[in-house]
Amino acid sequence: MTAYLFRRTLFAVFVLWGAVTVVFLVLRLVPGDPAQLILGSDATQDEIARLREQMGLNRPLVVQYGIYLGDVVRFDFGDSYRYHSDAMGLVMGRFPLTLQLAVVAMAIGLVLGISLGVVGALRVNRLADRVVSVFALLSQSMPSFWIGIMFILVFARQLHWLASGGHGGFDRLVLPGITLALPLIAILIRLTRSGLLDVVHENYIQTARAKGLSERLVIFLHAIRNALIPIVTVAGLEFGKLLGGAVIVETVFSWPGVGRLLIDSISARDYNVVQAAILLIACGFVLINLVVDVLYGYLDPRIRLGR
Amino acid sequence: MDDPLLSVQDLTVRFRTRAGTVTAVDRVSFDLAEGETLAILGETGSGKSVTAQALMGLLPRPAGQVAGGRIVYDGTDLLARPRSDTRRLNGTDLAMVFQDPLSSLNPVFRVGAQIGELFRRRRGASRSEARRKAIELMDRVGIPAAARRVDDYPHQFSGGMRQRVMIAMAIALQPRVLIADEPTTALDVTVQAQVMALLAELKAEHRMAMILISHDLGVVAGVADRVMLMYAGRVVETGGLREVYETTGHPYTRGLMASIPALDGPRERLVPIKGSPPDLMRLLASCPFQPRCEFATDICGTERPELMPVPARPESHRAACHHAKEVATDVVPG
Repeated sequence: MTAYLFRRTLFAVFVLWGAVTVVFLVLRLVPGDPAQLILGSDATQDEIARLREQMGLNRPLVVQYGIYLGDVVRFDFGDSYRYHSDAMGLVMGRFPLTLQLAVVAMAIGLVLGISLGVVGALRVNRLADRVVSVFALLSQSMPSFWIGIMFILVFARQLHWLASGGHGGFDRLVLPGITLALPLIAILIRLTRSGLLDVVHENYIQTARAKGLSERLVIFLHAIRNALIPIVTVAGLEFGKLLGGAVIVETVFSWPGVGRLLIDSISARDYNVVQAAILLIACGFVLINLVVDVLYGYLDPRIRLGR
Repeated sequence: MDDPLLSVQDLTVRFRTRAGTVTAVDRVSFDLAEGETLAILGETGSGKSVTAQALMGLLPRPAGQVAGGRIVYDGTDLLARPRSDTRRLNGTDLAMVFQDPLSSLNPVFRVGAQIGELFRRRRGASRSEARRKAIELMDRVGIPAAARRVDDYPHQFSGGMRQRVMIAMAIALQPRVLIADEPTTALDVTVQAQVMALLAELKAEHRMAMILISHDLGVVAGVADRVMLMYAGRVVETGGLREVYETTGHPYTRGLMASIPALDGPRERLVPIKGSPPDLMRLLASCPFQPRCEFATDICGTERPELMPVPARPESHRAACHHAKEVATDVVPG
């Protein structure tokens, strides 16, 4: 187990380094100059040049990269020029809101996705199954920015049931939560349905029936437990995606999480904040993957780790 | 004789497939007395396993359906009762051991939990009580260090040990009928004998009736009281073990016997049954074995034989062959 964790940690460091590097390069390749943006359009070339020197932007890219990496290793992520405060602190301050949204979406996704998937499998090829499948297809096909806008139009503007955006209160979580959850629901419906349909043909299901267990126990204990194995993997990966994918939903619903901050910071070329935000999301991804792997061993004893 | 414990009468099972309807079991009848062992023999696809599935209410639905007949257990017709009712007899009255012990055990639960589940769910036993009984049973079926192995998972056991776990599950609630569907097919030869010996021992100990399904005459010879041979979904020969061995009434049975290697006799070439099992889709009004039969004459191509008494022991030995007498008296044609 220790050897395994050591391997995993090495790999995680490698992944994070990759993420940091790609973001660093992409940010600098995209046109747009922070100095220009800070000083505004009526600044003189001289003023801009002086600021660029101050920010270190006039140095060769390789040098900038080296300095940046050195700082990151010392957990110094630089300051946001817009907020004049520590970039990572800023991101961490917003993170709980993103996490809140992702957790709500995950909960909605797991409950609806798995239960609708079970309904589909138990009523396979009948009306309920068709309805569920069509719902999954629609949820997966509609882009979340569009669904978000439709939700706002219908439930906020027309019906006045829920607020259109901002945060605070459970009611403000509902629309962005569902919007974020829909693609996840679709994936989990498909996975649960097909997984369960595979599992019920396994011999051990026949054994459970031969033991005289009720059909309820056969499905909800013996079959589901096996069908859950791939679901956990996918749900874990999807949770990572939710953290990152909240970007669009947060923007549509003016949810002040990391995603919003990220978008705003990209437009403002607030390099340090963008880099800190991406690093945090990548960390989340890596951590979730580790949790999934460990959980996997508990669900499927055949692949218990560290042997 | 008293009423039999289990009486199957004209059981017919049909499967709907994409290509059409298949009659997998065709008017099969047999009785099973308390403590008796009946061996059902036949090639793959002869309907023996489907018969067992029908008895346990385990036919794959909706494709497989009982199309006729009765399964009378202890005086009641199981087919006339709702499915959930008959399900409750599984484990307590009828129990089954399956062919492949690895795929028949749930890979994600500890074996102790899978055995103990019977006591917990069916007898309301507590967790610790169920665990204790599971250890007892594992010990009884000859799993070494049962107290330690009770928390292991199926994949941590060898094939023979897994089948012992399956057997422990089957006998846990002391059923009156044990159905063993090719219990040794997936096992090594040496382990086969051990598992068969265990089954015979347990059967005697619990005075269970047993239905032993196999394609191997050698496997059943030591334990069966009576044998029933199935071919193309029908019973083609049935009788006491010795009767069938000594005065075989059906050429198919002879073929099966000729294809067993004899360990002690001279080394001879094994004689396989020529041809392949018939296509159940297109059974005609002829003897289904006719194309593969060395005794076949004109009548075999025009009339499907019914079960008829074999002359030597007409009260218990019957065969479905127009030439049963010749087969029995060993007149090899040609």
